[in-house]
Amino acid sequence: MKKVLSLLVACCLALVMTLPAVAADTIKIGFNIPMTGDIPEVGEGSKNAAEMYLADINGAGGLEVGGKKYMLEFIYMDNESKAESAVTAALKLIEQEEVVAIIGPNSSKQAVPGGGTANDNRVPMISPWSTNPNTTLDRPWVFRAAFLDPFQGPVAANFAAKKYNAKTAAVLFDVSNDYSVGLAEAFKAAWEAKGLGPVVAYESHGTKDQDFSAQLTTIIKAKPDFIFVPDNYNQVALIIPQARDLGYKGPFMGGDAWGTPDLVKLCGEECYGQFFSTHYAAAGATGATKIFIDRYKAAHGSEPADYAALTWDSIGLLIEGIKNAGKVEKNPRKMRKAIRDGLAAIKSFDGITGSSKFDEQGDPIKCAVVVKVANDGSFQFEESVCPE
Amino acid sequence: MDFIFQNVLNALQWGSFYALIALGYTLVYGVLRLINFAHGDIFMVGAYISFFVAGFLLGPLAGLSPLVAFLVTVPLTMMLTACVGVTLERIAYRPLRRKGAHRLYVVITALMCGLILEYSNLAVLGASRLKFPELVEKQIWNIGGIALTNLKVMVIVTAVLVFLFLQWVVTRTRVGMAMRAISYDKFAIPLMGIPMDNIIVITFVLGSGFAGLAGLLFAMSYPVLEPFMGMLIGWKAFIAAVVGGIGDIKGAFVGGFLLGAIEVAVVTVFPSTYRDLFAFTILLLILWMKPTGLFGIPQSTKI
Repeated sequence: MKKVLSLLVACCLALVMTLPAVAADTIKIGFNIPMTGDIPEVGEGSKNAAEMYLADINGAGGLEVGGKKYMLEFIYMDNESKAESAVTAALKLIEQEEVVAIIGPNSSKQAVPGGGTANDNRVPMISPWSTNPNTTLDRPWVFRAAFLDPFQGPVAANFAAKKYNAKTAAVLFDVSNDYSVGLAEAFKAAWEAKGLGPVVAYESHGTKDQDFSAQLTTIIKAKPDFIFVPDNYNQVALIIPQARDLGYKGPFMGGDAWGTPDLVKLCGEECYGQFFSTHYAAAGATGATKIFIDRYKAAHGSEPADYAALTWDSIGLLIEGIKNAGKVEKNPRKMRKAIRDGLAAIKSFDGITGSSKFDEQGDPIKCAVVVKVANDGSFQFEESVCPE
Repeated sequence: MDFIFQNVLNALQWGSFYALIALGYTLVYGVLRLINFAHGDIFMVGAYISFFVAGFLLGPLAGLSPLVAFLVTVPLTMMLTACVGVTLERIAYRPLRRKGAHRLYVVITALMCGLILEYSNLAVLGASRLKFPELVEKQIWNIGGIALTNLKVMVIVTAVLVFLFLQWVVTRTRVGMAMRAISYDKFAIPLMGIPMDNIIVITFVLGSGFAGLAGLLFAMSYPVLEPFMGMLIGWKAFIAAVVGGIGDIKGAFVGGFLLGAIEVAVVTVFPSTYRDLFAFTILLLILWMKPTGLFGIPQSTKI
């Protein structure tokens, strides 16, 4: 009996001893994404893209770093599309799961606070979709795959001025969303700098608002040539029909947060014919982008939205960073430092959302596209706008 | 001038929803002295029920025309939502009442029921939003620079009609008399031969039925549905009912429109961040001057 017992103990001990050895052969990467809350589509798209990448790497026997193959392990944490939950999710990934890097959060509303947590805890983080400058500003540990609002604002301003021959503009934005506020400010500055005419109305609303009639009445009274709505798709789906109900007949223009298939599902025909600036257009894609889109469609039955493509590119960036690090440290702290240095060493990157160069803040400099919501509900490429 | 009228219309539409939900709060409170915190979520369930009813009626199985579908959806939604309200009463509130639980526990139970409704919806249908189908073809009228839709008119008229109906039920019918009697003394009422449980069920049928109607109209006006849509509007409607004088039908009606008007007025003048700050400061001042609300009568035992 005693023998059996000691054998059992020995077995257990052996198992415990081997566990860290097994763990050392995997690289743990955390995902801080919105699976529930205001923008669940975004979390789902990100996760779908990540699962595809994971299957690719692990299917090929793992990621080769310094002559040895390591398996990747992705841990998905729901941030409920809330700023405070993004911080909690980041801390959980860092402290409980001991990940070596974090991908996400997507929206600036969560990426700005989440980036602060990652930077304070010295964990490299890549936000795929955040366009607010504050996400990476003075944060050496935080990187991103998307362009910035100060670039996206002028893109929208220039396009609207050219397309609609607009002289005056109005803005309706979500005041409790960092993304929306940042883009609204960038647009306003860009529009006023053009000198064509003023921003005649600059109205805000809250995230949970459903009735925008008071703001829209003020906007319509000011008679703008077009309305810029840098809001999430779910709010756009309420704002545009309500503006039409109040008698507004002019065009709208939006930012990259419009770019989900749910926009057309929720908004319907009322959104047809409107334009928004975004990261990539699925229609008319070529090369690696097309391969990604076709594979995503086959696996998940829908076209990948920009956040899915950007998540793919973020993982690509991270892999590049790990390869630059050259070896895998057992200590997660050392590994995190090595990955950060590896990421900072990346000078340019060819992704499926276009190629980008990186400036000293860790921000990519890349082209934006303007997309039209076509009359069949698909997003059609209109034109590409690159930084000068 | 038309700018002001347009905003008056906006306020009337938005206030109609507060009023419709506040009426349900006040009805149940008036009879049971129970704050039914699940009411906002019953409103949400009503919106979802109308979504599925309308979807079914417009779908290939029934294949009705939108107008007929709308006419059938209204009573069906009200009935099904009433069933949800009555079920809550049967499985959550009545057992506690039978055991003589303090009112506080019943209120906490109501809060929990609301959360259960929200999260069971989240669990069953997921977090993705639903788009409500167009039941009534939208018509936009432009009268002297004021834009008006048939839906807006319908919402406002419905709120007024529901108020008049409930006021009539409570003050002019035998059932209404029984309701007021229960509110007055619930120990003496059974001795008078009044079937208390039946009257309470009728109260819940009325309150939840009209919450369902409000849910349907809300879904038609703001056609994006999500599981938490009833939470904030429910709380605000509750506050509107309290400001009007909870337990009083007229108070809920006036309180709902008052809150809607203040919210729209603040947003037209100030940035939207000040909306809730101003709205609730004004309501606080009203309660400060009249703690029982505009139409409320002082009562010795409240929670």
